[in-house]
Amino acid sequence: MDILYKIFIEPFVFMGEAPDLLIQTLWEGLVSGILYALIALGFVLIFKASGVFNFAQGIMVVFSALILVGLYEQGVPALLALLLTGGAMLILALTVERVVLRPLVNQPDIILFMATFGLTYFLIGFGELIFGGSPKEMITSELYLPQGTTEVEMLGGFVRFQHLDIAATVIASIMIGLLAVFFSKTRIGRALRAVADSHKAALSVGISLNQIWVIVWFAAGIVALVAGIMWGARAGVSFSLQIIALKALPVLILGGFTSIPGAIIGGLIIGIGEKLGEFYWGPLVGGGIETWLAYVIALLFLLYRPQGLFGEKIIERI
Amino acid sequence: MRAPDHPILAKGDVLLAVENVSLGFGGVKALTDVSFDIRKSEIRAIIGPNGAGKTSMLNCINGFYYPTEGSITFQGLKRPKMRPYEAARGGIARTFQNVALFKSMSTLDNIMAGRSIKMRSNFFWQLFRHGPAMREEVEHRKVVEEIIDFLEIQHIRKTPVGRLPYGLQKRVELARALAMEPELLLLDEPMAGMNLEEKEDMSRFIIEVNQQFGTTIALIEHDMGVVMDLSDRVVVLEYGRKIADGTPDEVKRDQRVIDAYLGVAH
Repeated sequence: MDILYKIFIEPFVFMGEAPDLLIQTLWEGLVSGILYALIALGFVLIFKASGVFNFAQGIMVVFSALILVGLYEQGVPALLALLLTGGAMLILALTVERVVLRPLVNQPDIILFMATFGLTYFLIGFGELIFGGSPKEMITSELYLPQGTTEVEMLGGFVRFQHLDIAATVIASIMIGLLAVFFSKTRIGRALRAVADSHKAALSVGISLNQIWVIVWFAAGIVALVAGIMWGARAGVSFSLQIIALKALPVLILGGFTSIPGAIIGGLIIGIGEKLGEFYWGPLVGGGIETWLAYVIALLFLLYRPQGLFGEKIIERI
Repeated sequence: MRAPDHPILAKGDVLLAVENVSLGFGGVKALTDVSFDIRKSEIRAIIGPNGAGKTSMLNCINGFYYPTEGSITFQGLKRPKMRPYEAARGGIARTFQNVALFKSMSTLDNIMAGRSIKMRSNFFWQLFRHGPAMREEVEHRKVVEEIIDFLEIQHIRKTPVGRLPYGLQKRVELARALAMEPELLLLDEPMAGMNLEEKEDMSRFIIEVNQQFGTTIALIEHDMGVVMDLSDRVVVLEYGRKIADGTPDEVKRDQRVIDAYLGVAH
């Protein structure tokens, strides 16, 4: 009985007793949730347009952050470096389309998936060759990202808001909003959805697949860059950052691989769930559950909704 | 992207010329030395038994396949390798044998997708749905609504097309092709799987498109009654070769065509 009490009653009693701590935990969950959503969005864009699960999305996050920091270390002014990194992501998108996607067009999905594996290891090797393997500091203040904290007195305690977290939340929300509007309301967005539905029909109405692929890979590259800056500022820029990108996997399972709102809500559920779990239930098993809780949540979802919260229903006619 | 730079053709001029086209996949020959032309504002039928190469021919015309030999000249312009989206931008629209629609999108969005080649406003305005982008959207919506009225599909305007019955899906597909305001409309078995009433509707639409807009139409169809009624000229393929070409009456009397359809005593 004691263990049941500890699981089902005590954490909630604790939440009620210290609402300021609850708010703090929720806020931290919200911040990481929005960043997860941003990373997941990178996957969704590419998956929608080409049906490929882009394993390289994680390394793109690291790679873009490395380019940014690397350029700055070479003496390029921070904002110019940011612009150049955007250009580098465009070059990456063009190269991937030309060298990887175009020769493999009409191949089975698994082949394209393996190709993104290859791309991942290429980028790891290439990145290490140019920038070296040692971790770097993100150029936070040079990019005019705020630092410091504000403490707000509320509910009988203090809640701490890191300025960087606030900035990350705002920027990521704007990015997500722009992308969502872009893909649902504009002509190119309509073309993207068209490509997601049928390549053949899209070609017949004059949509160029190659152009769409470049656009989505570039958009995914920009998303990776923003995610790289934000995560890099919190955890430093190193190759281990790509593990964080893999957190997008449970987010995608939750939200469905093809849904933009799914990525956002999935990100928030995973982010907040993870932080609450860690803080309130973690001590029961000695802590550290943050690293695997997301996957457990995703696994439970898979049992009941294999297509995710917002994914397209899988109906097969026999 | 580039504006089609071609002479304005009068009714009856050659719009598209297929010259000595052959198409092979490895050892399999889908088309062998086929030549014919499609003239401005006519309805041209391509018929033949199953596996004769009719769909392959359409695929060559709109750039899904590149002919292994021979050439295709469209509006006086001979292009060796034309990609499908270039064909579409040049004025060739098509429908497919087994309907290829954007299933999760509404009827309206499907037809609007057919307008995308006509839209030119930039990114920025589109993002904020203001200024030129909004004007453009409104203008194109008007054309799309006309097409919707024309094909009598007002009631399914907002329905995701994946949910529509087959006959209506075929109609939406035709609407999407019409939205491109094509010079040449390729219809691959527009009446396959339809009941009599749906076939009559579709025939009426095809004739009206041809007469009202002067659109040139090339169609593949198995229903001989429909073919003979609709088309001005018919080309007959068998085993990838052309065996007859002429008016419906000529073709109907051609001994090789009769043999191809009814079989010959060996």
